[in-house]
Amino acid sequence: MTLLSIDWFFILEKIALIAAVLMLSLVVAMYSTWGERKVAAWIQDRFGPNRAGFMGLFQPLADGGKLFFKEEIIPTNSNKFLFILGPSIAMVVACMTSAVIPWGDTLTIAGREVSLQVADVNIGILFIFAVVGMGVYGIMIGGWASNNKYSLLASVRAASQIISYELPMGLALIALLMWTGTLSLKEIVEQQRHGMWNVWYQPLGFLIFLICAFAECNRAPFDLPEAENELNGGYHLEYSSMKLGFFLFAEYINMFISSALMATMYFGGYAFPGMDSLGVSPNLLTILGFFALFIKVLLFIFFFMWVRWTLPRFRYDQLMRLGWRVLIPLALFNMLATGATVLYLHR
Amino acid sequence: MQSLTNRAKPVDRRPMSFVEKLYLPAIARGMGITMKHLFKRKATIPFPEKRREFSPVFRGLHVLNRDEEGRERCTACGLCAVACPAEAITMEAAERKPGEENLYREEKYAARYEINMLRCIFCGFCEEACPKDAVYMSETFPPSAYQRTTFIYGKEDLLIPNPKTGK
Repeated sequence: MTLLSIDWFFILEKIALIAAVLMLSLVVAMYSTWGERKVAAWIQDRFGPNRAGFMGLFQPLADGGKLFFKEEIIPTNSNKFLFILGPSIAMVVACMTSAVIPWGDTLTIAGREVSLQVADVNIGILFIFAVVGMGVYGIMIGGWASNNKYSLLASVRAASQIISYELPMGLALIALLMWTGTLSLKEIVEQQRHGMWNVWYQPLGFLIFLICAFAECNRAPFDLPEAENELNGGYHLEYSSMKLGFFLFAEYINMFISSALMATMYFGGYAFPGMDSLGVSPNLLTILGFFALFIKVLLFIFFFMWVRWTLPRFRYDQLMRLGWRVLIPLALFNMLATGATVLYLHR
Repeated sequence: MQSLTNRAKPVDRRPMSFVEKLYLPAIARGMGITMKHLFKRKATIPFPEKRREFSPVFRGLHVLNRDEEGRERCTACGLCAVACPAEAITMEAAERKPGEENLYREEKYAARYEINMLRCIFCGFCEEACPKDAVYMSETFPPSAYQRTTFIYGKEDLLIPNPKTGK
């Protein structure tokens, strides 16, 4: 009978947590669009959106409303099923990674330990790789289903870009795994809580991961899949209204999630310096930790935007050369150096 | 070659050093530049609430002036039309009838006075040419419109209100 008995509270707790994390990602992604426009404006000495509400804070709602009410066009010769599937995959995949990110330590509610992590799987990083690798399907299917040569070309480019940058990203993470000795993100954070942040041990690895994260999110200077100059707009050329919105939205969710990942893996996640000597109640500490993580994430998102409005876009051959001839050897070197250090320390 | 200004810089064509090939210092410098712009004074203004002040020499939309008693100053001499390089001004003269002395300052007046704002280049020559101080350029610009014909401004668009009656 013990096999059949279901811990309903556990399920409810996880459902609530999933809903909360999804809502958080959606709201952050929504306001990232606003933030992006504001940052762009500030960097270009403008004001940015300031009409809808205070400081233009209702702008994302207006944009969303516009996208929903726009005419939806599905090209006649496109594969309708795949055409709808493309943006859906992009969106779902973007949201999925949030499951293994520890958003905070445990809360104690009514005697129950509630972990602020949807799934503390011991293969967290592998899961992230599996999911991020699927992100390319959204773009690829979207470009293919449009039945448009230009979208197809752009999506092929996007696919090869994402695959090329997945490799150094993985290699950079392998070095991190060698250092931490675990695949569970929660444990990685706990290690940084009591020691130094991983960025001090893995600066090169972090740099490689950062560059690859930019490329994986299709953010400038690696936003070649959105090739409006040479391929009329990129893989989402044929998309309109909310389906286009999904593609764009997925980009912002990706940005949020990869910011959270970077904060978790290299910048201590929900741990902040001196958190264990504050002497506040564990619940409050968990909440503080969540805010610490959130601030780190917001800083990373700002960094993404800052870079976008500073650096010009790469040329495609430059992009490929950077990925294969610079980042992969660097990541391999980093792996080697980490391996040697770990071996030396444990001898 | 002799340079025209003293700001000419010779192009550095040396091959890049290793540090330069890393690009990261250059990227960091660029990020610094954009970061500085974050805190700079904005070049734009929120338009309908705040309006940028015109410079004292701004040449905006034309007005036809009246004198202190509310009479039209223009005598349809046509000097503005002659001075206009874009040929935007046309007018027809008419003779003042007895009893219209309160309307027109001199014996001749402009029965029709039109400025085509699509042609006008706002050079201000009409203002300079006018011997009667009748045409002035104000500090507004022509409002936008949907039809080209509405850009031909007649007397009713140009004449300033009568200072006495207010119309």
